[in-house]
Amino acid sequence: MTGTVSARPLWRRLIGFNLLWGIVLGIVGFYFGWWLGHQIHAESLSFFESTNQNDVALMLGYVFALVGFLVGLGFLNYPLSRMRGHRATQAEKEEGGVGRYFTLCTDHKVVGIQYLVGIGFFFFIGGMNAMLIRAELLRPSPQLFGAGNYLTLVGLHGTMMMGIMTSGILGPFANYFLPLMIGARRMAFPRVESLTFWLLMAAGAILMTTLLFGGFPTGWTGYAPLNDEANYGFDSYIFFFALVGLSMTLLGVNMIVTTITMRAPGLTWGRLPIFCWGAISTALLMVLAAPVLIAALLMVAFDRGVQTSFFLSSAGGSPYLFQNLFWFFGHPEVYLLALPGFGIVLELLPVFARKPLWGYRIAVAGIVGVALLSFFVWQHHLFVSGLNSSLRPFYMFSTEAISVPTGLIFLCGMGTLWRAKIRYRVPMLFCLAWFFNFFIGGASGVFLSDVPSDVATHGSFFVMAHFHYTIMGGLVFAFFAAIYYWVPKMFGIALNERLGKIHFWTMFISFNSTFAPLFALGLMGMPRRVVTYPSNLQPLNDWVSVSAFVLGASMLLFLANVVYSLVIVRKPAPANPWDSHSLEWQTPTPVPLENFDRQPVIDSDPYDYGVPPVPVPLPPPAEAPAPG
Amino acid sequence: MGPIWARVTVIGAAVVVLAALIALYVGNLVTEPPTVSATPAAAHEVQLKLKTEPAVGPQGANAPWVSYLVQNPEGKWIHSTIYQVPANSLVHVTVYQFDSDSGLRNPFLSQVQGTVGNTMTVDGKTMQAIPPEEASHTFAAPQMGLIVPLRGVPEEAENPCEEGPCSLKQAHETITFTIRTGKPGRYRWQCFVPCAAGFLAGFGGPMQTIGYMDGFLEVV
Amino acid sequence: MNEPNHMRRIAIIWFALSVILTPIVVAVIAPTLPPGDATSAADNQLSDDTLLLGIVTPIAVAMIVYFAYTMIVFRRRGEPTEEGPATRDNRAVHIPWLVGTTAIVLFLATFGTVELADAGAGGGEGPEPAFKMTGDVLPVQVIAQQWEFTYRYPTYGGVETAHLELPVDKNVEFHVTSLDVIHSFWAPRLGVKADANPGVDNVAFVKPWQEMSFDIRCSELCGLWHGYMFDTGQVVSESAFEEWIHEQQRTFAPATKFLPKYSTQYFPEPERRAG
Repeated sequence: MTGTVSARPLWRRLIGFNLLWGIVLGIVGFYFGWWLGHQIHAESLSFFESTNQNDVALMLGYVFALVGFLVGLGFLNYPLSRMRGHRATQAEKEEGGVGRYFTLCTDHKVVGIQYLVGIGFFFFIGGMNAMLIRAELLRPSPQLFGAGNYLTLVGLHGTMMMGIMTSGILGPFANYFLPLMIGARRMAFPRVESLTFWLLMAAGAILMTTLLFGGFPTGWTGYAPLNDEANYGFDSYIFFFALVGLSMTLLGVNMIVTTITMRAPGLTWGRLPIFCWGAISTALLMVLAAPVLIAALLMVAFDRGVQTSFFLSSAGGSPYLFQNLFWFFGHPEVYLLALPGFGIVLELLPVFARKPLWGYRIAVAGIVGVALLSFFVWQHHLFVSGLNSSLRPFYMFSTEAISVPTGLIFLCGMGTLWRAKIRYRVPMLFCLAWFFNFFIGGASGVFLSDVPSDVATHGSFFVMAHFHYTIMGGLVFAFFAAIYYWVPKMFGIALNERLGKIHFWTMFISFNSTFAPLFALGLMGMPRRVVTYPSNLQPLNDWVSVSAFVLGASMLLFLANVVYSLVIVRKPAPANPWDSHSLEWQTPTPVPLENFDRQPVIDSDPYDYGVPPVPVPLPPPAEAPAPG
Repeated sequence: MGPIWARVTVIGAAVVVLAALIALYVGNLVTEPPTVSATPAAAHEVQLKLKTEPAVGPQGANAPWVSYLVQNPEGKWIHSTIYQVPANSLVHVTVYQFDSDSGLRNPFLSQVQGTVGNTMTVDGKTMQAIPPEEASHTFAAPQMGLIVPLRGVPEEAENPCEEGPCSLKQAHETITFTIRTGKPGRYRWQCFVPCAAGFLAGFGGPMQTIGYMDGFLEVV
Repeated sequence: MNEPNHMRRIAIIWFALSVILTPIVVAVIAPTLPPGDATSAADNQLSDDTLLLGIVTPIAVAMIVYFAYTMIVFRRRGEPTEEGPATRDNRAVHIPWLVGTTAIVLFLATFGTVELADAGAGGGEGPEPAFKMTGDVLPVQVIAQQWEFTYRYPTYGGVETAHLELPVDKNVEFHVTSLDVIHSFWAPRLGVKADANPGVDNVAFVKPWQEMSFDIRCSELCGLWHGYMFDTGQVVSESAFEEWIHEQQRTFAPATKFLPKYSTQYFPEPERRAG
């Protein structure tokens, strides 16, 4: 974080286009929209008077809050000056001290770190909600939050995790490392890249405001017509997911264009690092799936705000329409949580196994195959809904077929480990745990895809155990593998290895001890999102809750490691602590603004382990300078 | 980055602020309406007096919302829906009904179930069921098998109560019934009549907020 | 150094463990699993679970043995970093792997469809069920509303009841619908789960094989009291059922006269937001 730190006093530096003014103008914008909404006195909207909840005012408030936020951050400066025929008036704040992390910054490395911290913050809130949910479920009937607030907590946990964590790996790691891995100097659309981050932050903040407006009782699926009945706290859900969808779409476009057009000479598709394949497949899903969600939410907003009836069966609409649209997005959504994990695990495995990635082509086939198949399975979420019941055998087959490309990922991992020289560093532990967790998640998924078996488990804790095994056991374990692996590159300082190992083992054991019993609870008849359960299920629920608290404590252990290693000790890491052959480790630390001082030329894929001597595109620096 | 003590101080301050925010967050989520005990009447018998108001007015956070209120043993009307009654006892419930009718979505619930004798009295007259379209609210606790439909004040009644606090001088219906409580537990009760004006199917807002049309019977 | 034949060792360990564990899982553990086999639908579900467990167990054993073996045998410590062999691929493995996984998937989908064809295995099949029970059936309507299930028996004068009772050894045809939002009717021991959609007639079939009581829960989030939308139902003898239903007809006579004519869907007022 060295650079030209200006000598101006602090108060002077606070003035300008930055987060502070984004927040101030956002709040001003909210009250303007709120006021504007209350000026509308249409006859057809008179019902708002007896509800005490003016949806139109709240929605306008959110719209203008977003506009104010983006103006304050300076997103309009460039387009406005170009429209007036000027050149850009504001130099993009690519250099400077810590301040640039609070601005529109077009340096992909700054955006990566912004994402890491921002997503970490919302992940913390989501995780805290999970702890509160488990605290409530210590007893068979509600003791802490009552029925309504419990549902709000469930909804906040699910929505936050599903919304924010979709960018959990692409946001921090693909933004930071994809250009480095493909030998590019920047992302294709740097301002859009920054926009995706700030949209996500605005979305998270808007979701939290639901607590001021009565929360929402719908969970993360937000099914109609319950969403139409809900308090106006549901409007924050609409805006949250719409902004997340917009952020995902833009992020996806940026990734795809960057990967296609900005690869270094010699980096053919056959040499593209597998992480980039994971990123571009995820990006493809984002671009194809997220707009469907935005469209569905627009219809919900109309149903709630101005009394259309897209989803009201009594007035010609259909609640199935919402379920179809939601899961047409929602199923690819769960794969766009999983796919970056595939990429991370296969990318890191060769480094610690000291072998080339085994079966590169079938790994690519596996990732792309999962991505494509994910659009043909969504109706398995509607197996007992009564919709298209004669199509269930097809969806059963297409869902089970997902296990074929997923099996290829496992095959590649197994091949890479064969006769390897495995080093157990912290990232490797997380990668190997990924295989364990994801196998359980995948195998339980086969039970859920089988229709007769699904009748017994649909909508129960079994489903919850299944998707926590794939998402938390898959995505979050890969997320931590990536953190431990790449933090030395991002900050020049490694996380403490011993604390990391304690973190891993606590997390791995408590994770399994939390979620494995949920399979049993589901089979024994406990549906999702209930605040009560029969008292004979209390011992198992208490076991799960206590394990969940240990799992939460393991996250605090990780935070302690971050504070200890990155803030207190600050011991500089070696330039390439893992002896990786990947291109990003050949750049100096910290990575200079334009990444490479000369254009790298690629003559092999990044997995040429076990074939010494290794040609290095750029010489590593003699000693990594201590940042800060 | 400054010296180590400065960094540790900043971290310590951040932890304190974060802990305070979490405490605020959780504190906000655990708040619920006060628990009001029924008034003892005799050995193993208590009296519970309730009223419904078409709009709770300044007594509640949402003035236009329809709501139940309860009289505490001191005779004061409290805006709450969490009532404490003794186990294995008779509870004599009196409801002063100030709201007009909305009509039941499921006419089946227009019949009294689960009270002593499966009947109630409406303005002194014993009844077993009311026409479903005349229902204004129900006092129903399905896990106790209890359903009592409450007849609404007719449209043409003189001196209707528009907004709380409603007084007994205004037009109202008086419904009484007796329930026999069983073993201790926290039983939910709710209204089944779509009385939440302005919400879809009349079932949002007050119909889904504890403290208005939903609550708990704490049998202790 | 004389390198042992790792693959043969893995295969032997896998084979030995699978031969021991698979029969235990299939014959000892699977029959004790919920939902049991008290009804035709539960039995369909349990047979699929049993088959899946029988296939998953040897695969899981293979995975655990392979990963554990490689992780233990091929581990290295200390500096300097040792490099492994630069093997990149082996096509002789891809094809059998692909053929094997595809064959398993095709087999599972076929078997699942066969079990499903037995009257839908207790799942909701919509207004025009693809797989039905033929012959003499007892239609029972399940009406979900916020937040209680009620039941109607159209062949008994359309009487509506607060609880569910079914006669044993009789084909039951559930018609699940909702008056407001989406609910889901789930009776785990009965093996029935069908979403209750407003304005939709969702049909599910089951034949209870023994007298029992069973829990009923709502398994689709439906608002404030979703967690309290539970009840207990009974499967009783044919004569006890007849007695019960006639008692219900007498008890609920005052309410029955107000009920709308039996229909597969209802659209009660108010349908929209109203002032």
